Amino acid sequence: MRELFTKGMARNIYYGGSLFFILVFLGLTFDTTARIPERAHVEALTESVARGKEVWEEYNCIGCHTLLGEGAYFAPELGNVFDRFGGSREAIKAFIRSRPEQGIPGRRSMPKFDMSEADLDALVDFLEWTSKIRRARDWPPNIHG
Amino acid sequence: MPYSKLALYSGNRLFPTMGREFLEQPTIVKIGIVLIALGFLYNVGMTVLKGRKTVINVVLLTGLVGLAVMFLFAFYNPDNLVLDKYYWWWVVHLWVEGVWELILGSILAFVLIQVTGVDREVIDKWLYLIIAMALITGIVGTGHHYYWIGTPEYWQWLGSVFSALEPLPFFFMTVFAFNMIFRRRREHPNKAATLWAMGCAVMAFLGAGVWGFLHTLAPVNYYTHGSQITAAHGHMAFYGAYAMIVLTIISYAMPKLAGREAAPPRAQVVEMWGFWLMTVAMVFITLFLTGAGILQVWLQRYSDNPLPFMVVQEKIAFFYWLREGAGVVFLIGLVCYYASFIVGRRQAGEAAA
Ligand code: HEC
Ligand code: HEM
Ligand code: HEM
Ligand SMILES: [Fe+2]
Repeated sequence: MRELFTKGMARNIYYGGSLFFILVFLGLTFDTTARIPERAHVEALTESVARGKEVWEEYNCIGCHTLLGEGAYFAPELGNVFDRFGGSREAIKAFIRSRPEQGIPGRRSMPKFDMSEADLDALVDFLEWTSKIRRARDWPPNIHG
Repeated sequence: MPYSKLALYSGNRLFPTMGREFLEQPTIVKIGIVLIALGFLYNVGMTVLKGRKTVINVVLLTGLVGLAVMFLFAFYNPDNLVLDKYYWWWVVHLWVEGVWELILGSILAFVLIQVTGVDREVIDKWLYLIIAMALITGIVGTGHHYYWIGTPEYWQWLGSVFSALEPLPFFFMTVFAFNMIFRRRREHPNKAATLWAMGCAVMAFLGAGVWGFLHTLAPVNYYTHGSQITAAHGHMAFYGAYAMIVLTIISYAMPKLAGREAAPPRAQVVEMWGFWLMTVAMVFITLFLTGAGILQVWLQRYSDNPLPFMVVQEKIAFFYWLREGAGVVFLIGLVCYYASFIVGRRQAGEAAA
């Protein structure tokens, strides 16, 4: 019995299709990476912002928070926290500094991090820079993230 | 131990973790992962070279090579958060919705050949079709993570169209598994392995296919991104596809390694209890998290008077308690699963005595 759809045809679809879409994806990647610098305002990506990202990673803030919707879902979104705090760097710093050592009973609470003033400044620079990234439809839908 | 001292105690200065979700391993562990992946690749590669070169082998090898290659992007951590996120997904998405699907498909195909005795030609054709669909939809489908992270707007429709087709390979895996079982040429004594193989196909389709589709279209994802809906999908997809395929091959291979076709019947019954408890518990975990997610999205993002995150979390706490209960059932299932090995060994011992 002759088969209409043979194994060879399936194999060719696999190799041909995959190769084609890998190339398409690489092309799109090329275009996207060319556009990212402008959307992310690289001119404002200072050394302090870069240091802030390191601090963010060192203290593993992503272990509780989301940043632009990615991370853990235990604590508030921080991609727009700069706007949520009314663009006040001092308010964010005060919040991070004033976490009680023992946590807040009966509530999820954020740990107290003892970081240097310089690190805290860099961290807030990073959060401010992040809030200005040009995101499609200005995600998140509202200020609460 | 206080969270704030974690970095200090774990020696973050010496072994920086780069603190990115899922890629938290210290750099030295990441290098270890690469070495282990390469070692495994060498092992499987040499085995294939010495043995028969089948389609399944080649697909498995391609998947393993892809796994190792994509992981290399874990070492790239640029200062620019948008670029960082862009390539972070090359590890996370292109693993679970790309190269790992080749591994999943080939292991499933292997076990199905063994337990059903169906002609290899037929199974090979299915396997090629499934992995073709996986890569054709899944590569550009990465776009469903590029909607809101600072990447260009065109990803909204590219990601939506391609990822909406991503359930297809999972759907075909289910059809394939059941088709082979119905056409089986023999009754394999390892009932448990057969059950795992079918369950894996079904749960992968539900978790990845159905729950993935639920939030993959950009207009929906605008509201659900980074919510409990994501957690619901993540749990069922991971368990259904990648936890269950591992349990499938263990179930098939462990008795073989002990020199028999299948575990004794009583051990298989205990193992199947483990299967049902864990799998049903996972369905409920997913449903409860989905309930939490729908409420969260509604209260925090969709209603006319959106509420702050922490306020919403208190309101949905009820679902977390239900979900915790389902988690306990899951653990009982896991205990059954482990117990099945002990029962198996005892029975084998009795039979030998
Ligand atoms: C153990 C989990 C945890 C970790 C780790 C964590 N946070 Fe938090 N964070 C929370 C919780 C919980 C809240 C909500 C606290 C509240 O409302 O009382 C919060 C709130 C915040 C807020 C205020 C958000 C708002 O909208 O009210 C900021 C800013 C913040 N965290 C920054 C950070 C930074 C920066 C880091 C890393 C250095 C970090 N957090 C690490 C749990 C955590
Ligand atoms: C049975 C008890 C379980 C409990 C109590 C549990 C609990 C959790 C919690 C609290 C989180 C973090 C959610 C957050 O970010 O806020 C999480 C994440 C996750 N869990 Fe589980 N889990 C369980 C079982 C499993 C199983 C069996 C799997 C898969 C095989 C799994 C896969 C995952 C994955 C992939 C994530 C990350 C999800 C994401 O980032 O979206 N979990 N789990
Ligand atoms: C077995 C295969 C799959 C696994 C293991 C898996 C697992 C996961 C996990 C763990 C996440 C959370 C990532 C994070 O922390 O941000 C995620 C996100 C996501 N997955 Fe999957 N997934 C699979 C297949 C699919 C498929 C087939 C689709 C689409 C049809 C899909 C759609 C999505 C979407 C849209 C998100 C982003 C959610 C958000 O915006 O927060 N997934 N997946
Ligand atoms: Fe994905």
